[in-house]
Amino acid sequence: MEILARTAAATRRYGPVTALDGVSLDVPAGQLLGLLGPNGAGKTTLLQLLAGLRRPTSGTVELFGGDPRDAARRRRLGCTPQETGLPPTLRVHEVVEFVAGHFTDPVPTPELLEQFGLTGLERRQSGGLSGGQKRRLTVAVAFVGRPDLVLLDEPTTGLDVEARHALWDAVRRYHQGGGTVVLTSHYLEEVEALAERVVVIDQGQVRADGTLADVRSLVPARRVRLRAPDLPELAGVERSNRDGDRHELWTADSDALVRQLVTAEIPFCDLEVATASLEEAFLALTAPGTQTIAPIDGEMAR
Amino acid sequence: MSTPTNVRLAGLHARYQFIETVRVPIAVIGTTLFPTLSLLFFIVPQSFAQDPAAATAATAQLAVFAVMSVSLFNYGVGVAEERALPWDGYTRTLPAGPSPRLVGRLLNGLAFVVLGLLPLVLLAWLLTAATLPLSRLALTAVALLAGGLPLFAIGISIGYSLSTKAALAVAQSLLLPLAFGGGLFLPPETFPGWLNSISMWLPTRAARDLVVTATTGVDLPGTTLLVLGGWTLLAGSLAVWAYRRDEGRRFR
Repeated sequence: MEILARTAAATRRYGPVTALDGVSLDVPAGQLLGLLGPNGAGKTTLLQLLAGLRRPTSGTVELFGGDPRDAARRRRLGCTPQETGLPPTLRVHEVVEFVAGHFTDPVPTPELLEQFGLTGLERRQSGGLSGGQKRRLTVAVAFVGRPDLVLLDEPTTGLDVEARHALWDAVRRYHQGGGTVVLTSHYLEEVEALAERVVVIDQGQVRADGTLADVRSLVPARRVRLRAPDLPELAGVERSNRDGDRHELWTADSDALVRQLVTAEIPFCDLEVATASLEEAFLALTAPGTQTIAPIDGEMAR
Repeated sequence: MSTPTNVRLAGLHARYQFIETVRVPIAVIGTTLFPTLSLLFFIVPQSFAQDPAAATAATAQLAVFAVMSVSLFNYGVGVAEERALPWDGYTRTLPAGPSPRLVGRLLNGLAFVVLGLLPLVLLAWLLTAATLPLSRLALTAVALLAGGLPLFAIGISIGYSLSTKAALAVAQSLLLPLAFGGGLFLPPETFPGWLNSISMWLPTRAARDLVVTATTGVDLPGTTLLVLGGWTLLAGSLAVWAYRRDEGRRFR
């Protein structure tokens, strides 16, 4: 399979700060990859390396088989500006046409605006758009050059639910048409809804890389919450957290765990049983000082 | 369709940067109308406005002023503002190198110089005795460009090395001393000796003398080209340093 973008042991330092620490990542054609990580984890730096905005301190970064800092390599790439970054005095159609002017065969402006629900706003200055409209415009321009790879940095931050789902549909359509996407998001549900592959980054390193199911399975399948004084040793608990009388227990078999609690006549209350989500896995992987789950390598991705 | 060439991309960047700037009324008024207003208020009512040589020299001075205010505000403050916006970084992810954007910026400034000069020259022609024979037009344009070089470079140095606020403060504090000291408002013939000797070292004075010579044919002071060359070299090096430093900070 063609690899559209690749980093190999890419490290990026800003003075004494290491933003990215030996990250190796392949982005094969046709994949929809979700990049997760807390603020400051290195996601933005990774996207900047892929887009040719920054060069790695060590290691290599390739885009379409070459250096992303070479403009010709970016002809098949689409990126999003930050929402606040649109030139406020340019009209919507001008923003699109300016970006389109860089590409050989751009999507006609009316068609693109329609895809992203911006029809009728062509002549509006971008500074006068609502936050949601600005966000849609920034995502739209990533697609104007008919790219093979798009890098979407927080594409739906600040959108209401309806607009977010409309945008997800647009991303899915692009992906179904063969497009490749690297997406960062604050919303884990967004990554769950869209991504086939999830890469978790923390402190500049890849903590997990695999399918959604792979990454979810990094934490036991069930989370049991309850309030109680001290708990005895319980069988089947793989991991636990305690805050005063509140306990969080992770286990593969919540039914067996609850039975134990009852038989041991523990005076518990506020019992909650939930399926561990991507969020649970994410929090477990990135919690400060959490050593319970060892970082895993990229092997499970393939 | 074909892959856009660098020339086409530079044109694209210049066009949209021009649209961006021209829609900010204060930017247009500040850089383009001020020289014309100065002509209306300070030159037209004076008796020397009907003397061809004096009126032409006065218009030439204000033309240099127009070039200077575009340099300080369009290049200086404008570039500092643009650099602060994420859009500037975004354009670097498009399939174009840094040069189309830089060339676009330079062309945008030149367009504003032309916008500033048009009403000035028109009103000087209509309301004063200033004359510019066609034979001197090309020479005058060259003189304005050559005289403008150190001023453009000063503006670009400011734009690429300072934050928006600092750029604005520096541009404003340079504007009047450079304009008065360089004889752009009052003719240097009226200067006391000490002021004139300082003035001779200023880039604005050199630019002013060059343009006055080009328009009226008076003798060029012996030091003008030397001063102009020196400032162009100095400010040019500073501009290249500032541009490279900015590239290094944001894109390396």
